[in-house]
Amino acid sequence: MSDDIGPIGAWIAPKSRLLDLGCGDGDLLRTLIDDYQVQGYGLEIDPDSINQCIRKGLNVIEQDLNGGLENFADNSFDTVLMTQTLQSLRHPHLVLDEMLRVGRRCIVTFPNFGHWQTRVFFALRGRMPVTKQLAYQWYDTPNIHLFTYKDFEALCSERNIRVLRRAFVGSPLLGLNRLFPNLFTKTAVYHLTK
Amino acid sequence: MPPDTALPSSVHHPLGTTAPQIAVINKPMDLVCGTTLPFHSLVFEAYGILNKARNNAVLICHALSGDHHAAGIDKDGKVGWWDHYIGPDKAIDTNKFFVICPNNIGSCCGSTGPTATDPETGKPYGKNFPSIQVRDWVESQKYLMDHLKIDCWAAVIGGSLGGMQAMCWALAYPEKLQHAVVIAAAMKLSAQNIAFNEIARRAIQSDAEFKEGDYLDYQTSPKQGLALARMIGHLTYLSDDALGRKFGRLVNSDGLGAAEKELGEFEVANYLNYQGDKFSQQFDANSYILITKMLDHFDLAQDYNNDPTEAFSQAKCQFLVISFSSDWRFSPLCSRQITNSLIGAGKAVSYIRIESDQGHDAFLLPDTRYQNALGLYLSRAASELEANAL
Repeated sequence: MSDDIGPIGAWIAPKSRLLDLGCGDGDLLRTLIDDYQVQGYGLEIDPDSINQCIRKGLNVIEQDLNGGLENFADNSFDTVLMTQTLQSLRHPHLVLDEMLRVGRRCIVTFPNFGHWQTRVFFALRGRMPVTKQLAYQWYDTPNIHLFTYKDFEALCSERNIRVLRRAFVGSPLLGLNRLFPNLFTKTAVYHLTK
Repeated sequence: MPPDTALPSSVHHPLGTTAPQIAVINKPMDLVCGTTLPFHSLVFEAYGILNKARNNAVLICHALSGDHHAAGIDKDGKVGWWDHYIGPDKAIDTNKFFVICPNNIGSCCGSTGPTATDPETGKPYGKNFPSIQVRDWVESQKYLMDHLKIDCWAAVIGGSLGGMQAMCWALAYPEKLQHAVVIAAAMKLSAQNIAFNEIARRAIQSDAEFKEGDYLDYQTSPKQGLALARMIGHLTYLSDDALGRKFGRLVNSDGLGAAEKELGEFEVANYLNYQGDKFSQQFDANSYILITKMLDHFDLAQDYNNDPTEAFSQAKCQFLVISFSSDWRFSPLCSRQITNSLIGAGKAVSYIRIESDQGHDAFLLPDTRYQNALGLYLSRAASELEANAL
C-alpha cells in the first residue's frame, strides 16, 4: 500500500474533501489527513478494519460499495479515492461511474494482472497466479475481476472517462518498466475525471 | 448558587452500591410549550471522578422508560440499565470519565414529573404536567451541567430517545460537547412508530382506572392499561428471530394435568405478561403518555427548513452513529440518514451497523463488536482530552 502514496499525495489538493472507498485500516487516509489536512471520510465493511480506523480517530462509515454511493450527492467531494479495491467489486464499471458522479476527480489504484510474475506463473504452471500481491487461491479470492492496465484504459475510453494522469508502480529494472510498462507494473495508479 | 447545590461526591469503582443524588434547580425554566416550571429537581447518579480540568464528564441520556440508575447496583440490589457499558474498563470507562445519568423531567423516577407536587395546587401535577419536548430535557440537563460546574461534556451518549437528546445537544449547545454518540435513534419518528405509541396510549386511556388521567386523585391505578401499553412497546423492541430463538412455541405446562397440557400458556405470552405487569408496578401512566408524545413530536430538522443537513451544520462536535441490523423500530436506515446528513454538513462522523438479532433492545445488551467500537471511540476521545490539557 505504501507504494501508492507517492503519486496520490501529489494529486490531492490540501484541505480538499476526500472520500476513500474501501479505506481498510485507514493508514493511507490518516497519512493524507496529517500531510494534506484533507477533510476525509472512509467507507469500509470489515469490522476489524473499521475498529482500526476508529482507533486512529478517522471518520469511517460502514458501507458496502456494491450497494452504490446513492447516499452521496453529485460532486460532493473533490476527490474520490479507491485503492486496490476495484478488482473485488461485483460491478467495477458501475462503481467507477458512481465515483465520477460523486467526485470531481477520482484516483483509482489496482493490481496490474499483466505483470511478468503473474504471466510466468500462469504460463509455466498453467494455474491461476498466486503472488505476493494476489495472495489468494482462485476459489476464495476477494479479487474477482483481474485485468491489466490496458484493459482498464479500454474501459475508460469506452465510458468516456478522461485519464488526467497515470503512474505505474513496480520494481524499476534497468528502465525496462518504461519500455514495457504492462510487464513491470505491479500497481497502476490513475487520476480520472468525467 | 444556593447552598443545596454542593458538588456531588464521586462514587468510586467497582460501582458497588450506587446512591442517587438530587439537584434542586431553583431557577424557572421555560418549556417549549410556553409554560414555565418555577423550579425542578433532577435525581441523578454519578460514577467515576471528575478531573481537575473538569472536562471528562460524560452525560448519559436515558430513553422512554429509563431512569438515573444506569450502572452499578442500587440499595435494592437492582443492576443499572446500562451496566454492560458503564464501569471501570468498560466501553464508557469510569476510570477515564466522570459519568452522569439524570432521570429526566416528566418521568417518574424521582425527578419532577406528573407524580410530583404542583406548587400552584399543592397536589400532584398528574395529567396537568406540561407537555415536554426533547429540547426541554436538554435544557434541564444544561441546568444540571451548570449546577455541577461542568463547562463542556466530553461526550453526550444515548440510545433511542437518548440518541435524540445527544443530537439535540449538538444543535442547541454546539460549544458544550466534544462528542455525541447517537445509538439506535432517528431524526424523527415514522408513521408506524407514532401508530405504535398511539396504541399504547389508547391502552392506558381505556383502563377504567385511568379516570382521564386523574387516577392519583381517585387513588386508583391504570395498571392493566399500562401493562398492555408496555407489552406492545416491548414487543416492537424485539425481533422475530430473537423471540423465536428465546421462546419459539414453548408451552409452560407446569402444574397442569395431561389433558390441560395442550392448552398451556405459551412461554412468549408468559414473558410478555410478566414484562407488562412488572412495568406497570413501577411506571406512571401519565409519564408514559407524556414521553411517548414527546417521542412522536421530535423532529430534528423542523426548525431548519426541514433540512437535516442545515440542522447539523450548527453542530461542532464529532459524532459516532450506531445502528443494529434487526432493529425495526429505529432501523439502520434511520441511522444512515443521520450519518448522510452529517457528512453533507461536513461534520466529523463515524457510522457502524452492528449485526444483531436482538432488535431495538440490542442497544442495551452486551455485544462484543458494539462494546469494542464504542470503547475504542471513547478512549480516543479520552486521549484527546489529555492532549488538550498539555
